Parts: sequence; structure tokens; C-alpha cells
Amino acid sequence: MHPIIIIGNGIAGVTAAREIRKLDSEVPILMISGETDHHFSRTALMYIFMGHMKYENTKPYEDFFWSKNRIDLLRGWVKTIDHKSNQIVMANGEKLDYKELVLAVGSTPNKFGWPGQDLPGAQGLYSKQDLDNLEESAKTAKRAVITGGGLIGIEMAEMLLTRGIPVTFLVREKLFWGSVLPKEEAVMIEKHVREHHCDLRMGEELDSIHEGENGRVAYVTTKKGERIDCEIVGLTAGVRPNTLWLSGNEELEMDRGIMIDHYFQTNLPNVWSVGDCAQFTDPLPGRRPLEQVWYTGKMHGAHLAQNLVGERKAYDPGIWWNSAKFFDIEYQTYGIVMPQPMEGEETFFWQAAEGYHTIRINFDADTLIVKGVNVFGMRHRHQVWEHWLATKAEMPEVMANLVAANFDPEFFKRHEQSIVESWNREYPEHQVTLNTTIKKGLFSKLLRSLQPSS
Amino acid sequence: MSDFIHESHSIVPPDPKLDKYQRIGLVLLGIGLATFFSSLFAGYKESGNNTIAFSTTMILVFSGGIIYGLRTHLKRQPGIANNGIMTTSVTSAGAFGWLIGITMTTLYVLYYWWHEKLAGMTSLFDPLSNAIRGKDADQWFMYGALYTIGVIIMGIKALAKYRHSRYQMIRTSSIIGSQLFLAFLTPYIMERLNQPYFAPNYFWPLDYKSMMPDKVSHLQEAGNVGNFIIGWVVVMFLVVTPLLTYYFGKRWYCSWVCGCGGLANTAGDSWRQLSNKNLVAWKYERVTIYSILVFAVVMTVIVWLSASQGLFPSFGPKVQEVYGFLIGSVAAGVIGTGFYPILGTRIWCRFGCPMAAVLGIIQKFKSRFRITTNGGQCISCGNCSTYCEMGIDVKWYAQRGQDIVRASCVGCGMCSAVCPRGVLQLENGPTEQRAEYQVDLLSSMKARKMEGKVK
Repeated sequence: MHPIIIIGNGIAGVTAAREIRKLDSEVPILMISGETDHHFSRTALMYIFMGHMKYENTKPYEDFFWSKNRIDLLRGWVKTIDHKSNQIVMANGEKLDYKELVLAVGSTPNKFGWPGQDLPGAQGLYSKQDLDNLEESAKTAKRAVITGGGLIGIEMAEMLLTRGIPVTFLVREKLFWGSVLPKEEAVMIEKHVREHHCDLRMGEELDSIHEGENGRVAYVTTKKGERIDCEIVGLTAGVRPNTLWLSGNEELEMDRGIMIDHYFQTNLPNVWSVGDCAQFTDPLPGRRPLEQVWYTGKMHGAHLAQNLVGERKAYDPGIWWNSAKFFDIEYQTYGIVMPQPMEGEETFFWQAAEGYHTIRINFDADTLIVKGVNVFGMRHRHQVWEHWLATKAEMPEVMANLVAANFDPEFFKRHEQSIVESWNREYPEHQVTLNTTIKKGLFSKLLRSLQPSS
Repeated sequence: MSDFIHESHSIVPPDPKLDKYQRIGLVLLGIGLATFFSSLFAGYKESGNNTIAFSTTMILVFSGGIIYGLRTHLKRQPGIANNGIMTTSVTSAGAFGWLIGITMTTLYVLYYWWHEKLAGMTSLFDPLSNAIRGKDADQWFMYGALYTIGVIIMGIKALAKYRHSRYQMIRTSSIIGSQLFLAFLTPYIMERLNQPYFAPNYFWPLDYKSMMPDKVSHLQEAGNVGNFIIGWVVVMFLVVTPLLTYYFGKRWYCSWVCGCGGLANTAGDSWRQLSNKNLVAWKYERVTIYSILVFAVVMTVIVWLSASQGLFPSFGPKVQEVYGFLIGSVAAGVIGTGFYPILGTRIWCRFGCPMAAVLGIIQKFKSRFRITTNGGQCISCGNCSTYCEMGIDVKWYAQRGQDIVRASCVGCGMCSAVCPRGVLQLENGPTEQRAEYQVDLLSSMKARKMEGKVK
């Protein structure tokens, strides 16, 4: 029996493999990766560099897991797909037959044609190989320049700073991660980044990268014409689907990513795609065609498994959520919060007098129904927000029961009272009293207290 | 001095290597340790310099240790920073780690079986011993003093390291206080008052001696105070332990009160990541810890039968002796603590402690405690598992969206502290909801299922 072949052992491919095995204990599964022998957590690359963990610690499953669950692993790069004969061709020329093929090949760092962008020392941060390269460069680097104001850039800055390597961080936009963050949050993050001794330059752009006598990066010039000596250039202006190697496959429909329907099927009947590299032909309302985060990769994989070996099931990810950490500030978001409130929306923003704690809730101006929340420096409970967003809860209800959403560890300073006072000042016509009888606690218990008694 | 306690706001990043304050601290600590170890050979007592030697050692060790500990963490921003732990020789079982491990193990071996070799070191503590209990130090006093000093100095370092977390600050203060006042000072103050030995934070089965017939009859002879101590031990074990473990999990003891946990979470904190997380280790753990619990129970029964009924007249004392050697000394001391820098900090608590076994059984089957996973927020990064001193593969549960209920969890809260995505929280709540799944990838959140939005 020809197997299901999954190309890529990232979170999307691995979730697909595991969920397929849960649904079907027989079907042969082969997972191929050129990157590593085993699945590791890509999000943990930074912790390896900073010495918090070893590579071994970042494997979500022990090595015996794969053979125990009869998921065959193959280390190697795939050169191309020969769809007509249902085969893939490996870099060493070997051909493998498949019954179903899953493309979970992830992303690759964006490069925008900067002169010198391929010099040794200039790199993105996505793969294990990128990490190894950075480790090598960091041994002798005296300064690094990072370009791109997003999550990978800030991680790379944090990483290099722990080695005592000064970082100049060039961000083209006026606000940090301005495509996602509203102004107040962005400004707060900028302040925090600077506190960590990072030379953050807002509104400044990389122009070109220059080679030194050793054939490696020696300096960069900015659009403003400044020359900055550096041995590392971090190219962290986002990622794009890793599909260049597929460009010879004319029958496979591609745009920026591999085009898929709501069942993760490509235009070819037994070829599927999940994770960063997949692009929805017809994205769900309010969601982007490319979903390049850990959580969506996981959900893609789980849905794909259903469609491959279980009942057909269209993509249904529930509410949008995401999280990140900016140096020491944790960030969580549930629902949709755009940098500017959308048409018909209002925004309620609260910031603690001291420390980095903020909450922003966007809601419908007429109905007061909540649309989404950003929290920084506090932890909020996923299920409670899922409940509020799913039941179209209105602001007064959310404000009154805000205690239920708190997920901070015991003894942490609580901010709900201050948040509600702030709400009452700004919206005196919708005065609420904070329900302090809700004990911060377990969801199923909370749910009972949140639901109106009937 | 102000730049000592305030992190710099310069655009130049701080050197991750040791700065001048850290170096000063280490030099002072180094000289202090040198005078301490020289007491093995120097005979300060004979030369009449004991008080000077003791105070010099203490001043150097305390000032050096505290300067180093505070500076190391106060020079950076508050937050989790386990930078370089996996690459530094001391903390990653490298050459320095082994050196410390071998030194500690050697000291334990000498202390248990050749304590006369430590006479010089012991007598160094005469001034302190005389001040507290009015007589010269013996090896027990020296050990207690060293242990407490380790907990205090490294506890201050832990307070600085985890200053962003009030849970860790309060918990660390509790274990420092418990070691200093309950485990160290109380017994010696009792002694000074001519009262029986009493360390309120230890009781059977961890302190198996507290329930031995000779001890009990000795306490009965001591009158009211003795009877109070017997009552305390019995009530603590039979009433307080089950009750508090039901409401708060075993953490109330292991991470807030117990001296073994206290040393692990202060002096041993930099080695917590060395505990083995493999499934195989968990299998061994379950065999050893419950075997030792059975051993402790059987030993206690035999000793009592021997003492009260005259059964097994020679075997009774022998079995207590064997237990004391294998479990009390080798497992709890030499391996449990001496091997901190090689095997991680809670080796004894995880593989050996009969008290932890009892607490674990209660926690597993009848407790409100669990670690809640926050929906689907886990990114499988592995920090929680890596920094679990009990070797629990926390992320195995977290990445499945499942709450964590494990007999071994001591509730130190470090998984929650190191989590970069706010996924884990120590919680007490209704027992029937423990270990529930907080997320289902296909039908999204449990909330939607519960509300009937998705089948």
C-alpha cells in the first residue's frame, strides 16, 4: 500500500500525521524533512540560542514516539513532485510513490532584493539551519543590524542582546508592528525595547548590505545614508510560503502560497496543503488567505486529517487568537483587534499607572457587542473570551465579569477594579459594578456564573 | 552604589559576562569558602582564633554570596532570564558542575560516616552554637547551620531572580522562613530550654524517627511539652496533611514548608533543569518512591512490634538501621542533595521521599489542585518541561490542551513562570473537573461544545 506522504515535519505536518494515526491505525504514513531528523518547536529556536534550552528540550515528542505510532520518518530534501505518476523525487534522485501527498513545507524569510542580502552573516530566522548560522556568526560579531519590525525581529534582538552583541533595529514603519498593533501598544513596546538597550530606529530602512575583506557582511547603509558597521544582518521582514522549489510544477495551482479550498485540498485531487505554505482560495470571513502562526498550523493539520481519512470537514477554526512575548511583556489577543477600530467600532483602552499592563477591547458602537481584545502584561483565559465572543456578549457584561477572564498566577496584582473604574469614567451611561464574587477559577465553574440563570 | 541595584538604561547592552560587582561578590565568596574549607586542617579552635575565623567566614560568605546573587539578577530587567543555563559549566553538568557535585557528595559521606574528619569544620561553628544553645557545635549543628545558610543566601538570589512573580517571591520567603525558624532555630531553642527535640515542619514518614518507639517514650517522659509534640506529629500527619493537600495540593508542604524542597528551590534552583524528563525516568520514579513508602511503613510496624510485643528482637532494630542507612543517609543526603549538579534538584523528593509519596497519592486521587492549561495557547516550546524539577513533561499535557494532574507535582509554579505564552496556572477547584481538556482542535474550544454551538 502506498503511503500518505507528508513533506515537512513542522507543527502542521506533524499534527496532520498524529491526527491521521488517531483516526486510522493502519494507513502507512511517511513524513519527510530536510531540516531535522525529528519534529521540534520552531517557536523555541530563540531559547536554544539564549541557552534556556538545548535543541533536545524543544522536541515536543520523545524520539521513540514516531516508531511507536508507526509514523515513518525520512531525512532529506524533496526536489520535485511528479504528479502524473504520483511520485516525489528526492534530491538524491530517489523516487517515492504516494497515495495522498501533503505539502506542509512552511515558510522562508522574505528578502526584498537588498544588495548583499545573500552574503554570509545576512540571514533570517526560521529554520534550524538559520539558528546554526546565527550561532556561528555570533561568535565574532561586534554589532548586529536587524531590519523588519515584527515578531521575529524582536526575538532576534533579544537573542543577540543576551550575548552582549549590540543591536541596531531598523523599522520602516512609524509604529512597531504597526500592521497589527494599535498606537498605544506599539509605543509601549518601543519603550520596552529601548529599555533592553536596543538601538531602535523607527522610520528607518535598510538600503544595502556590504561585503568585507573576509567575504562576509561588514556594514550596511540605511536609506538615510548612514553607514553602520556590523557582522550580522537580521532580515526579519516577515516570511513567505516556501514554494520556490515547486515552481516547475505547472499543474499545481499557486499564488503566493499553494492554493487550497476549505478542505485543504489543492486543485490536484490527492495533493493537499496545510500550514504556512497554504493559501485559501476563498478565505473565511475576517481571516487572511495565508495563516502563518503556530495555532493555525495545528488546526490545519487536525482538519486535514479528518478530510483525508475521516469525515469530510470544512475548516472551522473558531475565534481568532494569537500570543507573543516582547522581551518581558506577554501579549495575548482573542477575536479581531485591528490597529485602528473598524467601521462602526469603538475602542476601550486601559493602561496601568505603573508597569507594562494594558487591555484594549474593541466593540460595536451601537450594540456594545465585543469584537476582540488585546492584553499585554496580563494573562487572560482563552475559554472565557471564546465564550464572550461566541455569545456576542456586550461590554457592560464583560466589564462586570472581568475577574473571570484573569489567568495570572496567584498573588499577582489584580487590575480589574482599576479597569472598570476607567470604563465607568469614559462611559458613564453604561456604569457597571465589578462582580468580585466570581472567584478566579476553573472554566466550567466560571461558565455557570457567567450564564444568566434561567 | 546606585548603579548596583538599578539596571542600566544605556544604549550599550550590559555585558552578559560577570561585571565588577559580580566579580567582587565571587571573590569575597571564594575567600569565605577558602577559610571555611581551611577549617578542615587549620585547627582554629586550638589556636584560639575560632571566633575571628567564624565571623570572618560568615561575613565573607554572606556578603559575597548576596552581592553576587543580587547583582546577577538586578542588573537586568525583571522577568524570566535563564540565559546561558544550558551552556554554563556549573549549571549544565559540565566540569564545574561535577566538581561541586563531588565536593558535596564527599562532605555528605564524611558527615554521615566519618564525622570526626570534619572536627575542625564543626568546631568553627562553636561561637554560633554557643550563642543559640549554650554549648559547642556537633556535626548535626554544623550541618543544620550550613543548610540554613545555603537556603538564606541562595534564597535571596532566588528572590532577585524571580522578582517579577509574586507567587515566587512569597513562596521563596516562606521556605527561607520555614528553614530558619522551624527547622533550625526551634529545635535548638527547645534544647536550650531543656525541652525535647522538636522541628515543627518535619513529621512521619519523612522524619521517620519522630514515630519510633524510643522517641515516643522519650517524649512521654518529658511531660506536657513532650505530649504536645507527639500530638503535633500525629495531628500534622493524620489531619493537617490530608486536609491541606485536599485544598491546595502537595505544594503546601513540598514547596512552602519542607526544608528539602527549600534547599532545592534556593541553593539548587540553578540545577532544576537537569531532572530527567523521559518516560523511562517516570517509570523508575513510580517504582522507587512507592517502594520506599512501603519500606518506611513496614519498618515502622516492625520496630513497634519489636519494642512493644518483643517480636523480632534483633531484626527490629536492624531494619531501622538499614532504613536509616539506605534511605535516611544515602538516598536523602548523599544522592538526593550531593548529586544536585548532576541529576537535578529534586532527586530525593521525586524518587525517594515517603512523605512526597503520601502527599502525591492524596493529590492524585483526592485534591482540588491542578495546573490549568489555557485553552489552545501552548506553542510546545518546552520551557515548562525543561524547568520542571520533578521531571514532569508538562508540555505533553499543555500541547494537548489538557490540565495537569500528577502525583509528583510539587506546585513550585515554575512551569507557569517560564511559560512565554501565559498557558499554565496553578489552581484549586472542584475535583471532578481536573485533567479536563480545555481545547479540542477540531470543534475549537470546549466553550463552544458546552454551549452547544458545535457538536
